[in-house]
Amino acid sequence: MLYFIEQCLNGVQLGMLLFLLAAGLTLIFGIMDLVNLAHGSLYMLGAYFAATFAAFTDSFVLGALLALVATAICGMVLEVIAIRPLYGRPHLDHVLGTFGLLLFFNELVRLIWGPAGMTLSLPSAMLTAVQIIPGLYYPLYRLVIILVALAVAALLYVVVMRTRLGMLIRAGASNREMVGALGVNIKLLYTMVFGLGATLAGFAGLMQAPILTVQIGMGENILILAFVVIIIGGIGSIRGAFVAAIIVGLIDTLGRAFLPDVLRSMLSVNAALTLAPAISSMSIYMLMAAVLVFRPEGLFPAASR
Amino acid sequence: MKAARKVLGVALPAAWLAPRAALPAAVLLILGLVPVYAAATGDAFALTLFGRVVILAIAAVSLNLIMGYGGMVSFGHAAYLGIGGYAVGILWKEGFASGFVQWPVAIAVSALFALVVGALSLRTRGVYFFMITLAFAQMVYYVAQGLDRYGGDDGLTIGSRSSFAGLVDLNNATQLYYLCFALLLASLFLVSRLVNSRFGLVIEGARSNERRLRAIGISPFRYKLVCFVIAGALCGLSGALLANHTNFISPAMMYWTRSGDLIVMVILGGLGSLFGPVLGTVTYLLLEEALSRVTEYSGLFLGPALLLVAIFLHGGIEGLLGAGSRD
Repeated sequence: MLYFIEQCLNGVQLGMLLFLLAAGLTLIFGIMDLVNLAHGSLYMLGAYFAATFAAFTDSFVLGALLALVATAICGMVLEVIAIRPLYGRPHLDHVLGTFGLLLFFNELVRLIWGPAGMTLSLPSAMLTAVQIIPGLYYPLYRLVIILVALAVAALLYVVVMRTRLGMLIRAGASNREMVGALGVNIKLLYTMVFGLGATLAGFAGLMQAPILTVQIGMGENILILAFVVIIIGGIGSIRGAFVAAIIVGLIDTLGRAFLPDVLRSMLSVNAALTLAPAISSMSIYMLMAAVLVFRPEGLFPAASR
Repeated sequence: MKAARKVLGVALPAAWLAPRAALPAAVLLILGLVPVYAAATGDAFALTLFGRVVILAIAAVSLNLIMGYGGMVSFGHAAYLGIGGYAVGILWKEGFASGFVQWPVAIAVSALFALVVGALSLRTRGVYFFMITLAFAQMVYYVAQGLDRYGGDDGLTIGSRSSFAGLVDLNNATQLYYLCFALLLASLFLVSRLVNSRFGLVIEGARSNERRLRAIGISPFRYKLVCFVIAGALCGLSGALLANHTNFISPAMMYWTRSGDLIVMVILGGLGSLFGPVLGTVTYLLLEEALSRVTEYSGLFLGPALLLVAIFLHGGIEGLLGAGSRD
């Protein structure tokens, strides 16, 4: 039972990271109608920036903050130079262009930081485990990820639902032309939304960095998971992304943790060991396929799309 | 543009004089002469490189059939490359070395997979179709990773190429190349006949306006499904060739970025034009190769080049050659 709770927490933690990535992706998709395959590159950049700045300033928190600023700037510069000409074009042009950006960023990172990868070490205070309920010790840092990401989600909710910028974002998601016609600087709005998405992706990258290694291509796998999340949640819906991210995180983690044992009770040990990882990796794609077949607009379709 | 394609497809020799057909003809001629060049200069690598080009061109041609003509943007097309390749690899490992067994199985399994994927995915459209095909490709990727007996994540080195009872010897690089080249020509012929048939009209009609098609009494679903299955089978054949070409299969050959490569090749060449995918494949792979000889960081140039094509080059290379290739 304790093991189950621990794995659930791991699942929620993965879900939270996916949410940070997916929230930006779904905003960019929902508002600018842009398929951005380079979103994972911003995730990677966030991690590399954090590892560099943390080593430079000797402080994890300071390094992380600097990395967020740097990723935001990168995102906005990228939007102005490369993304802006792609708005309003067929989705296939987005795929071609942002696939090119993905190749570019992988190579750029290899040029600047080398092919070896980096590590981002945590401050020693983070390395302890805390007792959540009697008998269950959980790594403090993973708990911090969950709490910080929840805070970011709450902040995002407040920004989108309670501020003027958020109002424009929502208006942009439901009717772009009308927002522009009402005299809103739509270019600036797009740049800010892209910058926000980039910051969230970079944040996810730097939070994940101490758990996994920082390496080239680290954004490619998780980008696809984030796409799965926004499709399940419904394109353009942050609430949908939040729910779907937790579902995907839980399924992925619990599948890996428990499927081998479940299968072992039915099949031979060898067959279970071979099948379990494949099935648990496949399960979220099966979920997505099922959602698309039965609810093609996702679980929480954004209004009026 | 309808006329141009019809000319390309049916009355081929007369059309060779047209400027738009000159480049395709030249490219095919060069592709056909690569083994001669390789034999004359002893440059065996040219044969390997262009063999890869020709094989992936078949895959790109198959993707163009559904993506360019049918408007079905599959982001999981590399799965069929993998399935075709794994069919060859697995059968070899289990003692079936004959190509007469391996290749039909590769094609049949790919077609079957396409049937299942298509039947489920074709209910959705646009980005959703894009994502659901990706999802199925990822599933196959993870299945291949789980196949411990066939190398799992590391892949499997195939000990011998498919044997064809002395008809062709695939261990002879030239014979393998010409077989691939002939199959590329055959697949171009197949696609040109398909899109110029009544079947092709329905497929293209479904892309431009499905509602009108229904209004005149045609339900496009079955046509699109058949088209999807044909493309899958053709790409499966390409996968079987690829496994023979490299003597190696691994899950990496169907990772999502490989599907991305195939999409890039098709768009680069010109979506929905018969010869565009071949031009795109030649350009993409040769550019990649040339850049990697000049610089260690080829992606620094290749990536922005793709972005520039996306921004400025509507209709890809084919679009440059004259009348726009997109409707």
